[in-house]
Amino acid sequence: MTKIPFLIAALFCAVSSVNAQTTPDPLQVRSWAASCSNCHGTNGRAESGSESLAGANKDDMIKKMLDFKAGRKPATIMHQLAKGYSDDQIKAIAGYFAAQKK
Amino acid sequence: MKRRQFIQTASTASALGALGLTSGCASIGGANGPKVVVVGGGYGGATAAKYVRMWSDYGIQVTLIEPNASFISCPISNLVIGGSKTMADITTSYDNLVKRHGVNLIKDYVTQVDPDKRVVKLASGGEVPYDRLILSPGVDFMMENLPGLQKPGAQDKVLHAWKAGAQTVALRKQLEAMPDGGVYALAIPLAPYRCPPGPYERACQVAEYFSKAKPKSKVLILDANDDVTSKGPLFKKAWAERYKGIVEYRGKHGLSDVDAATNTLKFEFNSDVKANVLNVIPPMRAGDIAVKSGLATANKRWCEVDFLTFESKAAKNVHVLGDSIQIAPAMPKSGHMANQHGKTCAAAVVALLTGKEPNKLPIYNNTCYSFVSSEDVVHVASVHAYDADKKTMLTVPGSGGVSAAANELEGRYAMAWARNIWADTLA
Repeated sequence: MTKIPFLIAALFCAVSSVNAQTTPDPLQVRSWAASCSNCHGTNGRAESGSESLAGANKDDMIKKMLDFKAGRKPATIMHQLAKGYSDDQIKAIAGYFAAQKK
Repeated sequence: MKRRQFIQTASTASALGALGLTSGCASIGGANGPKVVVVGGGYGGATAAKYVRMWSDYGIQVTLIEPNASFISCPISNLVIGGSKTMADITTSYDNLVKRHGVNLIKDYVTQVDPDKRVVKLASGGEVPYDRLILSPGVDFMMENLPGLQKPGAQDKVLHAWKAGAQTVALRKQLEAMPDGGVYALAIPLAPYRCPPGPYERACQVAEYFSKAKPKSKVLILDANDDVTSKGPLFKKAWAERYKGIVEYRGKHGLSDVDAATNTLKFEFNSDVKANVLNVIPPMRAGDIAVKSGLATANKRWCEVDFLTFESKAAKNVHVLGDSIQIAPAMPKSGHMANQHGKTCAAAVVALLTGKEPNKLPIYNNTCYSFVSSEDVVHVASVHAYDADKKTMLTVPGSGGVSAAANELEGRYAMAWARNIWADTLA
């Protein structure tokens, strides 16, 4: 009896949190992505010596970042920076760069 | 290629403009759009100027007021002092901000801010109106703490070289003129100051030069702090191994005065030190214009801001960023951080001028490379996220760290960092 509204509420929360993950505010994501551009170039188009992220494959970028984060991929600095972002933030930022023109 | 990139950037910005900018703002270069004035063309101000233009779909007018003819980077400037880089290597023109991004550049100095009339006054006369003002004036020095430096000629002889430019060149010349067997003494102020690891990197650069050109000479570091304030074990290893017998570090040396005539440093609790070349980094505070405008509310030294927008806590429609602000915990005063402030502030200013809510969760990182020689580098990195309860930026637990050891690969990454951040700030 009281369980049903609870379940609905739980379901509703689950759905809204999924929505929050899948549709982040594009301007917020743009700002998060801009914090990478100091080293990877404005909108991910890098100068020489750094990896360009603009137009790169989204899944590849996500895998790389999650590997950096988990310590599976050796790095000088990216393993330390990757740990500062949640998996959802990483996915959103990767989506932003994948959508930029090379 | 650059030109094509610009066109692509502009078309991306147009797409973003379609997301909700008012039509009045969408006309490129329109004279009736909102007006943003940026004071100071360093890492913070130049970045803010570029990004307000880009992120407003070139609808917001931006005027950048900067007294210097071109941008000279403090990061990498220690390598000019060490002799492996030149001033040309660290100098970038402001032309791209003007030509690619339509920033209105005024080569002048702001003498006064009038937040009621919303104008800034220029040294050459005249006023520039704004809807929102972004101040990024960097630091100025608290010379009143060192009376001896206020005597005529003292500051021409005892250099800080802590704003890259003429003093960078002059300090290099003093080192070149110093006889072998001489002593270079570097005085470091209590934190917070601009670029925490910068003085220790400078000690390494001078030591490398001495080891090659004047091996009997010494680098004497006199630090007001208890111990090395950044990358301590990495710098100490470099001094003990690479520069053995050249570098000597003394902590807890609070400078009280300087006698330029006799090349003598005086300390609060320690005996005087004489040296051939004195390099005094004085204590610092927010740039003069911020202090004069009543924005330096933290100990009369630093400007308190709202970290969501960088709006001053003391004046509406006035934003302050870069080295001038009262920093959040563990946030360094660095060029990289100022660039991040510039983008966060630009996004917020564009949102506020177009009736939108600023980003509620800023996240950005700091990356700082230090050259322990002309090739080998150590880094410190951190990630900072907004904490809504504490209303400040906090480092993300578990993120960040330093290099395991100095290495040549990071020397190449450091120069790639420089090329990229100069382009992100100015191109």
